[in-house]
Parts: sequence; C-alpha cells; structure tokens
Amino acid sequence: MKVTVDEARCCGAGQCVLLAPEVFDQREDDGIVVLLEAEPAEHLHATVREAAAVCPASAIELSDAG
Amino acid sequence: MSVPADVVVVGASAAGLATAEALRRKGYQGGLTVLGAEPHLPYDRPPLSKQVLSGAWAPDRARLRPREALSALGAEFLLGDPAVGLDVERRAVHTASGRTLRAGAVVVATGLRPRTLPGQAGLAGVHVLRTLDDALALRADLRADLRDPARLVVVGDGVLGAEIAATACELGAAVTLAGPEPAPLAGRLGPMIAGLLADLHAERGVRLRPGAGVSGLDGHDGRVTGVRLGTGEVLPADVVVVAIGAVPETGWLAGTLIRLENRTNATEQGGLVASCILGDDRPYRPVPYFWTDQFDARIHVHGTPSAGAEPTVVDGDPAERRFVALYHRNATITGVLGWNMPKQARLWRGRIGDAVTGLAPAL
Repeated sequence: MKVTVDEARCCGAGQCVLLAPEVFDQREDDGIVVLLEAEPAEHLHATVREAAAVCPASAIELSDAG
Repeated sequence: MSVPADVVVVGASAAGLATAEALRRKGYQGGLTVLGAEPHLPYDRPPLSKQVLSGAWAPDRARLRPREALSALGAEFLLGDPAVGLDVERRAVHTASGRTLRAGAVVVATGLRPRTLPGQAGLAGVHVLRTLDDALALRADLRADLRDPARLVVVGDGVLGAEIAATACELGAAVTLAGPEPAPLAGRLGPMIAGLLADLHAERGVRLRPGAGVSGLDGHDGRVTGVRLGTGEVLPADVVVVAIGAVPETGWLAGTLIRLENRTNATEQGGLVASCILGDDRPYRPVPYFWTDQFDARIHVHGTPSAGAEPTVVDGDPAERRFVALYHRNATITGVLGWNMPKQARLWRGRIGDAVTGLAPAL
C-alpha cells in the first residue's frame, strides 16, 4: 500500500491522526497533515483505509504498491 | 441476516460513495449500483462555497475520487437520473428516465435539499447553494456585468451563509449578510465566538444585518431587485443567495427520515450502513465534527457546542485569532472549538465527556 496526501485539500481535522497515529500527524501551526509513513506495514492497512474513507476533505489517496 | 446478492445505493454524493466503498472494503462482492440525480461523478460539497465559488479550484477538483478509483470499485454509476419512487415490498427503485432497479438491499443516501423563500422560484438572480451547478451559477451571476461591484444579499447567517458572504466579499462583491441571529452562527456557537466572527466579517467589508427577519423578495421584469425584511425595509440586491437550512430530500419516499447531516457524518454513516447490510449491527455514535473557513479563519468544532454557556479559552488568545476553547454543560466538557489551531483542538477532543473541574485555564 502506498499513501499520498494532498496538503491543499487537507482541512486539518485530524481524523486520520486519531485513527492511525503511526502513519499520520499534523503540523503544529496550521494542522495540515504530515505523512509519517508512505508505505505502512500490513497490520496498519485496515486503519489507514478507514482514515482515508473518513477524511472530511478527501485528502488521502491510497494505491496498491506492486 | 443473509448478505444480499445486490445493493442499490440511491444518491451518488459523499454518503452514497462512502457506503459503496465501505461495502467493498468489508469484502462485499455482490452487484453494486449507485444512482445519482446529478450528471456529475461524486464530488465534495464543502469546497462549493469556498474554492469552487471563488474560482481557486476548477470544478473537477471537487471530485471525491479519480475516475480510476471509481472504476476499481466495480460499481455501476447511473448518473443524471433521479429516483422518483421506492417500492419497499419489491425492493425496487423507480427513476425519472423510467428505469426500475431491483436489489436485495436499497440504501437511501439522497441527502438534503435547500429550503427556499416564498416567491423564489422563477425569479432570476436568486440562488441556493447545494450542488456543483448551483455554485457555478452563483459564481457566473456574481461575475455578470450587472453592476460593479455586484450587490449580493446573503439570506441566512449559518455556516453556509457566512462562508458564501466571505468568499463573495473576497471576489469583490458588495455583500450584505442578513439573518435572524444577533451575530453569524450565534445559535450554534454562542455569543463569544459569533461576536468574533461578526468582527471579522465587518472589518473585511461585509455589511451585517443581524436580527433581520426576511419576509420576501422584490423583483422587476422577472429578476430580483431586493430582499424585504419584516420591518418593511428593503435591502437592494443584484444577486441573492438563500441559505436558510435544508430538509431531507425524501420527496421520492413515502415516509420520513431524520438524519444528522454534515460531510463527516456522510462518510461515517456510509461505513455503518455497509456494516448493517453485511449483518454487523453497531450503534452509531461518532463525535460530531465540522469545520468552516471564513476569510483567514479556519474553525474546527469537535463534539457539541452549547450556545448558552460561554466557552473557556484553554490555549492561544482570541485577540490573536488563534485559540482553543472548550464548551461545557453541567460541569462536563461537551465540545472543543479551535480557531486557527487545528492540531491543538484535536488534542483537546479527547477531553470531551470529562469534568470541567481541574481544567488548566491556559497551557
């Protein structure tokens, strides 16, 4: 799994950090998403999928990395 | 409960798409049809009153998923064909074009339709903002060569009305924001936050008309000329937006549904509906959340604000327009509001439900 984030779309809700703090964080000043792990380990895939699904701004995209 | 062989999702917006995606994510392999009233592929509504109205984003940018992601879903999208009836006994959906879609399960995700004012229909220059086409029509009207600057009256001082006022103001329109509250969002966020919002709008040039009951619209030759207030006063207008709330789009159903509606709920409910279809019943209890962008203020609200009690500022400083405030009721924290402090607000969100006592006033 490969994760990409679109900073321009991100609204800073932090829902992704609540679900998967191992993969996502937020910048201190404006709350925009910080991607900690672009290729998360398999045991995190389900929560990352959920984080992408509940993102209020649809700023998280997932693709299958080979 | 047995898993249905096929599912029809009525509604191709955030909630409908979330339901379809959640079904696949949870391993559902049956037939999946998504029926949409609008001709567009699923798009996101929050940018409509901001980036789409301002023109910062081309309309395609509001799309929720790229085309390839939708293809990978293995769902048939039937767009531009509104549902007109539901036969519960046969689990069949009838559409405007004459289709009949039968399925083992039908999901109703048709969302809301805006409330309107009497006499609004058929009067040019009067808009609502719910769909992508609505946003583009409003943008075109504000840019049309009626008068420079165009005089826009926004009727409704909730989140949507206040966002439209801010965006139109930045586009150069002469904006009046009229609504029944003493300040924008006062009924939802309380007088302190609403007062800060009123200050922000006023200093950017929005003319505020608080406490204004709107009684109707004036027009000439089929085009709006003003908004009539209960006092008899008329606010002259070249363009009017009516943003006075919405009602469930259930005209095509026999019964009535009650739902919480905002963008986060749409996706979370979609996941829940998928679980129900697959036989995993869970109560629906998310922490409510919404955000709003108005001028340079980005405001996040987690939980339930109580408009009656003043929130307590726990981080930052309202004078610097960067702070976190906690709402409480009966000595319990009910909600968190961040004003240009999203990460800090999210960190405080875990305190919702805690007792107010022992709260550090400022970090």
